[in-house]
Amino acid sequence: MKTTGKVWKYGDDVNTDVIFPGKYTYTIKDRAEMAKVALEDLDPEFTKSAKAGDIIVGGKNWGCGSSREQAVSCLKERGIGAIIAKGFARIYYRNCLNEGLPIIVSSEAVDAIEAGEEVTVDFDAGQIVTKKGTFPFPPYPEFVRGLIEDGGLIPHVKKSLGLS
Amino acid sequence: MGKTFAEKVLGKAAGYEVKANDVVTVEPHFCMSHDNAAPIAKTFKKIGVKNVWKPGALVFILDHAVPAPSDEHAVNHKEIREFVKEQGIPNFYDVMSNGGVCHQVMCEEGFALPGLIMVGSDSHTCTYGAYGAFSTGIGRSEMAAAWATGKIWFKVPESLKITVTGKFKKGVTAKDLILKIIGDIKADGADYMSVEFHGQGITDMTVAERMTLCNMGIEMGAKNAVCPPDKKVLDAIKGKAKSDKWEAIWADDDAVYVKELSYDLGDLVPCVAKPHTVDNYAAIDAVKGTEIHQAFLGSCTNARIEDLRAAADLLKGHKVAVRTIVIPASWTVYRQAMKEGLLDTFLDAGCVIANPGCGPCMGNHEGILAPGEACISTANRNFKGRMGNKESFIYLASPLTVAASALTGKISDPREVL
Repeated sequence: MKTTGKVWKYGDDVNTDVIFPGKYTYTIKDRAEMAKVALEDLDPEFTKSAKAGDIIVGGKNWGCGSSREQAVSCLKERGIGAIIAKGFARIYYRNCLNEGLPIIVSSEAVDAIEAGEEVTVDFDAGQIVTKKGTFPFPPYPEFVRGLIEDGGLIPHVKKSLGLS
Repeated sequence: MGKTFAEKVLGKAAGYEVKANDVVTVEPHFCMSHDNAAPIAKTFKKIGVKNVWKPGALVFILDHAVPAPSDEHAVNHKEIREFVKEQGIPNFYDVMSNGGVCHQVMCEEGFALPGLIMVGSDSHTCTYGAYGAFSTGIGRSEMAAAWATGKIWFKVPESLKITVTGKFKKGVTAKDLILKIIGDIKADGADYMSVEFHGQGITDMTVAERMTLCNMGIEMGAKNAVCPPDKKVLDAIKGKAKSDKWEAIWADDDAVYVKELSYDLGDLVPCVAKPHTVDNYAAIDAVKGTEIHQAFLGSCTNARIEDLRAAADLLKGHKVAVRTIVIPASWTVYRQAMKEGLLDTFLDAGCVIANPGCGPCMGNHEGILAPGEACISTANRNFKGRMGNKESFIYLASPLTVAASALTGKISDPREVL
């Protein structure tokens, strides 16, 4: 699996309220509608013009705050190819695995990547190809790989219960 | 080599000895959901399992927007009632006088118990650590999977030990301690960790104060936060435990920690977290005089009877200078406040009192801010847009600092009013 896209770059501690505002948590129920307000309180330019395949690059502790899974669903539905960050808040990290949205921790890559450049993430080779060089990342642990390969937790559970 | 609380409690649940960084699969004792039980129920149905694994292990408490402020919320609540009926879920707290903010109700009603594994589809589920539970927030998909299978995986967290000594000076509270800790170690300072609070300073605190500390564990990235299950906790659960599986579990003296911190309560001063991050600490002197337009005394962090008493004591006989919204954490707290005359004190001072629930904390209703407005709040988050408007500003503080500021319309030092 490989994904290439334009980079939207942000700083440290980007929280779930600016990724998907709390006021929408019970008024927007449709995933396509969630995608339309993604990052509304962080970067209106992203909300307006991000395209499928684009890649988000963040600093440390991406996704801190609320457990709201819509903060992952809205980006998954928008077609974001991957999130590369220096680190992820734990509930957000689990929500990404559970939604099947690929995430990569690489401080070196984050420091090297510039906003707007085109980056390729090669999941099989375990590397991020940027303008300033190529950065390796370790493969996911086996049980996490199973989750992502099955397309997220719900299809994974269905499969394990023999219901798919 | 001794074990941490997390190693002991997760080892007991797994049925074998574990150490930090092992991955375990365990059965949670309770799974709490609030208004988001409706979308979780929809995801649950997609799995294809007919019945939840154990109806008695699920607890639903409506609090995020109650009573329903819009048709979307009303439909959401209706779907939950239908699911409760269909699945025979006995522990359902609807829009009724036994309800309130979910985390408060979980503790009041005897679900939060020492040594239990508790998950909630809300990040502030870590609050139950005040009762010695291992409790943590999870997402919607994960909760749906837990209902279906009765299983959840955890990496056994490494632990951070915070030892608290000394005594609070006048006007300083548990909220000031936790805001100081988060300001020091920052929003990611305890990422993935189990935070253990130790020391005489914690022993001297009420369970309510410990709830304020554990509630904000997530604001430093913690998986869970926990205090010792001592006599105060055992007294608090006496006669109302909703499970007989509980056991007072605590860390060994020679447990191994990745980080240790210590705080002397006597060193602390009243403080705030400035917009727009919880780790943006400022001692009161640095922000005194900042104009505010609204004060909010409420939320799962600081709206217990102890908090209302502290604020009322300061407001008694005075008038607030800005609109001040008081939302008791539960109807039990509300009723107690009524009996003690605190509601009269708030009304006499010019405050408005809303029904127990989350209120404006995450921007649903009952106190949304306008562009350019600032609010001083006893809640736990001041993120941009949190109270419904991204052009507004939120300062987090203790009930005392919020009450003092309400009286002047400016951020004020409670020590100068007390």
